[in-house]
Amino acid sequence: MMKSKLINSKNVAKYKTQLALFGIAIIVLLLFIATSPSVFLKPQIYRAFLSTVPFVGIIALGLTMILALGEIDLSFPAVMAISGFVFAIIFETTGSVILAIIGCLITGAIVGLINGLLITKIGIPSIIATLGMQFFIRGFSNLVSQGRAYSMGLRDTIYQKIFAGSLLGLPVQSYWFIGLAILLWFILFRHKFGEHILFTGDNEKATKMMGINVDKVKIMTFILMAVLASFAGIMDIFRMRTWWPTMGEGYLMMTMATVFVGGTSMFGGDATILGTVIGAFIIGSLEAGIVAAGLSGFWTRFIYGLLIIAAVTLHTVLKKKK
Amino acid sequence: MSLIKMINIQKHYGGVEALKKINFEVGENEVVGLMGDNGAGKSTLIKIITGLHPFNGGEMYIKDKKINPKNYSVKKAHEIGIETVYQEQALAEKHSLWRNIFLGRQKTNKLGFIKVKEEKEETNQIMREMMGFTGIGANPDSSIHTLSGGEKQGVAIGRAMHFNADLVILDEPTMALSLQEVEKVLNFIREIKEKGKACIYISHNIANVYPVSDRFVVLDRGKIVGRYEREKISLEELNTEMVELTKVEG
Repeated sequence: MMKSKLINSKNVAKYKTQLALFGIAIIVLLLFIATSPSVFLKPQIYRAFLSTVPFVGIIALGLTMILALGEIDLSFPAVMAISGFVFAIIFETTGSVILAIIGCLITGAIVGLINGLLITKIGIPSIIATLGMQFFIRGFSNLVSQGRAYSMGLRDTIYQKIFAGSLLGLPVQSYWFIGLAILLWFILFRHKFGEHILFTGDNEKATKMMGINVDKVKIMTFILMAVLASFAGIMDIFRMRTWWPTMGEGYLMMTMATVFVGGTSMFGGDATILGTVIGAFIIGSLEAGIVAAGLSGFWTRFIYGLLIIAAVTLHTVLKKKK
Repeated sequence: MSLIKMINIQKHYGGVEALKKINFEVGENEVVGLMGDNGAGKSTLIKIITGLHPFNGGEMYIKDKKINPKNYSVKKAHEIGIETVYQEQALAEKHSLWRNIFLGRQKTNKLGFIKVKEEKEETNQIMREMMGFTGIGANPDSSIHTLSGGEKQGVAIGRAMHFNADLVILDEPTMALSLQEVEKVLNFIREIKEKGKACIYISHNIANVYPVSDRFVVLDRGKIVGRYEREKISLEELNTEMVELTKVEG
């Protein structure tokens, strides 16, 4: 009895950041229900969240890995655009969805590889390398597409069902999001690659001394991030059946907010996948909640900002106490 | 047989010559005290032996096998049986003891997933048998940042011992430790010797190095300037020699 009490209190202490985040999520939800019960007591709004939150959520999972590494990636919105553009071109010329998907993911991987090489081999700080890459590939896709959108005429094939359909009454995107979250949790906390990411973020020098190829770990993580952004791009294309040059714009701040509200430290060596999943739902529901509550859209950013500051303050205070 | 044999080893960092034609040897069951001031080249020499940095000239043999600096690495050094306890302790503060012990040598399944239970159980055993962590609050899940300086050093040393090294290199292992903790480290070095293994012990503190070493090698500005056997020199004489050898002229 004593032992089980001890274990329980230990677990509470270990997961207090996540528990606090759950608390924030519940408070936000209760506020929404109180201000607009007609919207938030019906299942439709939650189904809508499940179809929109996964786009930011999947990229946020990748960004969680990057932050665990002690780095940052600002190029992912443009990665969505350029890999989506490759998808559109391949689909338009060959008519093959599978080739388009492969081309799209390879494009993401190449951008991730270049980011990783710039950071590890040239030594450019990740914030600058990926900011430059963001402008470069956004500009490149604008130049090549001449700013025009591609309507792809994707029919209701099996691929449509896989990436933008519904299963058991819920949007299929939500299954992808949760499935990837579980997979990435296992990779980060139970696979040696994830352990190398966390150790690199914690103490890069020590990690090198123990024989880990830190450069390779960084390159692989940037590739993973970019491939996840491309994957989110594929889901977006199937949802909209169109590629447009500004694809991914607006995701930068939302994704960062998701990861920070989720409780992942920006100092590296520490991360929470569960926090990112909860953070994605909090951030993803804010806009709808604010509008449903009868407030103007101008309030959105104000409340985003407030929530980020409150969440990050809470995480910092809890960690200091730990 | 020599465990390590270095012949005319050279190392440059850009235009700076860190090691100038070093000849250095460690036998199979001896403790070599490596001494010298800051910048003498002690850490560079160690980083070459442990595979962190390649050498630029000369020859190196480990267990009579010639080492190619191009494909020698920390991993290869571990495989050969060389373990190092670095001055910086090479531990990740935010992570648990069990993760730190097995970093780089995780027990995994075929897909690379870590066998957490096995690693934790083994860590528990290492803590009791090699680190002397009995009765203190630490357990395999304890984060490194919750341990004292001596306990951290114990983790780094326990890790080196666990992987059954033939040569353990200790780079300033007693820096910032209490007297009691220093004694623990010195006992550990005696244990290495008793087990028939070899050790390179680097320290500024001659009083610590002297009682546990068989031989002393003094480095100064990238060169070996003195070699002594403990049987033939007293602590006071060694001290005087060191001052003379490392004196800055002018």
